[in-house]
Amino acid sequence: MNLTLYVWRQKNARSEGRMVRYDAETISPDMSFLEMLDVVNWRLIAKGEDPIAFDHDCREGICGSCGMMINGIAHGPQRATATCQLHMRHFRDRETIYIEPWRSDAFPVVRDLIVDRSALDRIIQAGGYISVSAGSAPEANAILVSKQTADLAMDAAACIGCGACVAACPNGSAALFTGAKVSHLALLPQGQPERGQRVLKMVAAMDAEGFGSCTMHRECQAVCPKGISVDFIARMNREYLRASLARQVKGLDTTIPHSESS
Amino acid sequence: MELNSKTPSGPIERKWDNRRFEMKLVSPANRHKHRIIVLGSGLAGASAAATLAELGYNVQCFCYQDSPRRAHSVAAQGGINAAKNYRNDGDSIYRLFYDTVKGGSFRSREANVYRLAQISVNIIDQSVAQGVPFAREYSGLLDNRSFGGVQVSRTFYARGQTGQQLLLGAYQALERQIDLGKVTMLPRMEMLDLVVIEGRARGIIARNLITGKIEPFAAEAIVLATGGYGNIYYLSTNAKNSNATAIWRAYKRGAAFANPCFTQIHPTCIPVTGHYQSKLTLMSESLRNDGRIWVPQKKGDQRPPREIPEVERDYYLERKYPSFGNLVPRDVASRAAKEVCDEGRGVGDSGLGVFLDFTDAIKCLGADVVREKYGNLFEMYERITAENPYQVPMRIYPAVHYTMGGLWVDYNLMSTIAGLFVIGEANFSDHGANRLGASALMQGLADGYFVIPHTINDYLATTEIERADITHPAFRQMETEVSLRVKKLLDIGGNRTVDSFHQELGKLLWDHCGMVRNEQGLKYAVQKIPEIRQEFWRNASIVGGGEELNQVLEKAGRVADFLELAELMCYDALERAESCGCHFREEFQTADGEPQRNDEHYCYVSAWKYARNSELPRLHKEPLTFENVHLAPRSYK
Repeated sequence: MNLTLYVWRQKNARSEGRMVRYDAETISPDMSFLEMLDVVNWRLIAKGEDPIAFDHDCREGICGSCGMMINGIAHGPQRATATCQLHMRHFRDRETIYIEPWRSDAFPVVRDLIVDRSALDRIIQAGGYISVSAGSAPEANAILVSKQTADLAMDAAACIGCGACVAACPNGSAALFTGAKVSHLALLPQGQPERGQRVLKMVAAMDAEGFGSCTMHRECQAVCPKGISVDFIARMNREYLRASLARQVKGLDTTIPHSESS
Repeated sequence: MELNSKTPSGPIERKWDNRRFEMKLVSPANRHKHRIIVLGSGLAGASAAATLAELGYNVQCFCYQDSPRRAHSVAAQGGINAAKNYRNDGDSIYRLFYDTVKGGSFRSREANVYRLAQISVNIIDQSVAQGVPFAREYSGLLDNRSFGGVQVSRTFYARGQTGQQLLLGAYQALERQIDLGKVTMLPRMEMLDLVVIEGRARGIIARNLITGKIEPFAAEAIVLATGGYGNIYYLSTNAKNSNATAIWRAYKRGAAFANPCFTQIHPTCIPVTGHYQSKLTLMSESLRNDGRIWVPQKKGDQRPPREIPEVERDYYLERKYPSFGNLVPRDVASRAAKEVCDEGRGVGDSGLGVFLDFTDAIKCLGADVVREKYGNLFEMYERITAENPYQVPMRIYPAVHYTMGGLWVDYNLMSTIAGLFVIGEANFSDHGANRLGASALMQGLADGYFVIPHTINDYLATTEIERADITHPAFRQMETEVSLRVKKLLDIGGNRTVDSFHQELGKLLWDHCGMVRNEQGLKYAVQKIPEIRQEFWRNASIVGGGEELNQVLEKAGRVADFLELAELMCYDALERAESCGCHFREEFQTADGEPQRNDEHYCYVSAWKYARNSELPRLHKEPLTFENVHLAPRSYK
């Protein structure tokens, strides 16, 4: 295959970026999208030019490192597929492909196609965990979890934190990312004691990072490489409402921490 | 150099208890006075960093990824072992211990393996409490499945994403400590050297991968959890950026490197399709629970698999190993696949592939049950190959997956440099010459959650350590060395890509230090590697500068270290004139092609020490004694 690429090149966070044209010739349809970029980069290096910088690591669709806008779609045209698992057989010979970094205020560009997604880590820091220190856990089978609940929690927990949901959202919202973690932990019995404060803190952190609000465009669900459902956003909204009401009606919900109920 | 394993006294089941009682403690009130550096944020690193912070230490945790959640533990698919005996099928701590020692072909330290089996049960408890959504039965109880090399069901799993879910558990524990201010996380940082002062590890020099700034960091103890070096083969199931730089730098500063030639070749990976291939993708070993492996009886049989009648198929694992069948350990399954392909019976365009067939499972269990168990793996296979495994058998071939070799550590997981602890895949680990499936996650978390927190306590409590800071001349000197090395790479100014050197090295190792080794091939490799290395330092093309994000430069530094480590692997493989586990020397095999171990002469851990001035590395031996699992031929027939 012979392709024409237009790729976003930007030296660093402070400099201006622009789209640059490259010819990607003799590309095999069995290559992954990133292998196609590898080949383009080898040719650039041979000419003494800076290769296109992009994040990637496992190349198995699970680490969440890679991700780019491919013809305006986060992770490209194949559904439920991260960029590293997208293969060139999904493109036509002589096609023109536009490749850009994730676009969101909360994800500043670091270089070329690499963006800073540390805001997602900070949402988890705000409460996306169960506070259990090593050594204090009860016997694993002491608490039963129905198969349906465990499966649903797993559906939510499958998030790889790639940020495609944010990039695809017209509002730049991280509601799918946050909703998935809130739901995963709120569904499980182990997550109950911190359930209320968790959602309040995580949503506050999400807002503080500059992510937009969710207005249910559902673009996030369409591009999510793990096919995570917007149902989890609805669940997060319910959790948020529940916790907010409980906070207002003092003493009704024991899961509210002292600092917030006093 | 003295190799003191510091194995505790007493009967095997009491050793860890005895050690925990002997060890000195640091008072909770004093822990905040100590700084600990943790390198890597995979299962071992994240669990160690979080747990040390929970105890009250000040932790700095480094990773090269943009987030600790992306460490390559995330890609582990199949599961994690634990001796819970929930299936009532005869499992016990002793059996897990026995299976692991035998699976490792009697080349691991008994006391370490026993401790691992003991701790395995706590890991499941801990992970469940963190909210890891393990697979459950309709009763609400935890589900189990089987893995290779064992005859019980002791593997816990979360679909085909067990590594991801366990890592997220550890990552969330880590993020909680970051929020509490007990861990400072330094992502996109790469350790480029170790600072040793008066024989103790006191700090590191790291490069900020965004700005290129080279910075020193000091601490009272350092924990290396930077994973394995399987990426040295270029094509492997490891993440593209996995590297050996941290352990290799530590080796060059005095840490012994144990069993470097022990590399695990995983039998079920998607075969190579072209020269542009950048990595290989694993298909979980769990698939061997229900998939049947076969090749045609006839050489060069090009018929589509469905047209090959049952009688003309060779289910070679079931034929050769009737009691374990398709669930033999990885080394055995890989060699068997190579053997049938070498005979000309391999499938696919390259002839380097065997079928992994689910027809019988779909017939017997129904497509829905198969989808429930393996759906995401089937989808992944189809995305990569454009073939539907519900209709056509998968084609698989062995690929480099894991390294049992790594830095030598004593029972307390401390290397031969005082204050430098090594955990997870980065150490020479508990797996001997072959790791059983679902044991890597177990070991990483055992080391991080339950071993290192105790042994570091003891080190800090019993050692008089002056507070070192980065103004110490040793830091300045090392910083200068690191800067000069980066400059040297940038100054090469050649015209061959770094990747092409990596590919050349990988091919050489795969051919001569891979699934099968022999003296002639290894000697050739030992002579060839320095030539590639010289050519690299003369002709590698490293574009861009040092004070910016430069992925070519990052890669070049890692490949430069691989080019040195490769030679050590070959020396080790040459020296070990026996076959054991993954290390199959053609000269040493039984009449029916099984590895011929030589316990009389090679029942030891090879620990190599770096020698300066281009001398050959020096071999030290830690003899292995087996008081519980008696040395016996390893049979899965």
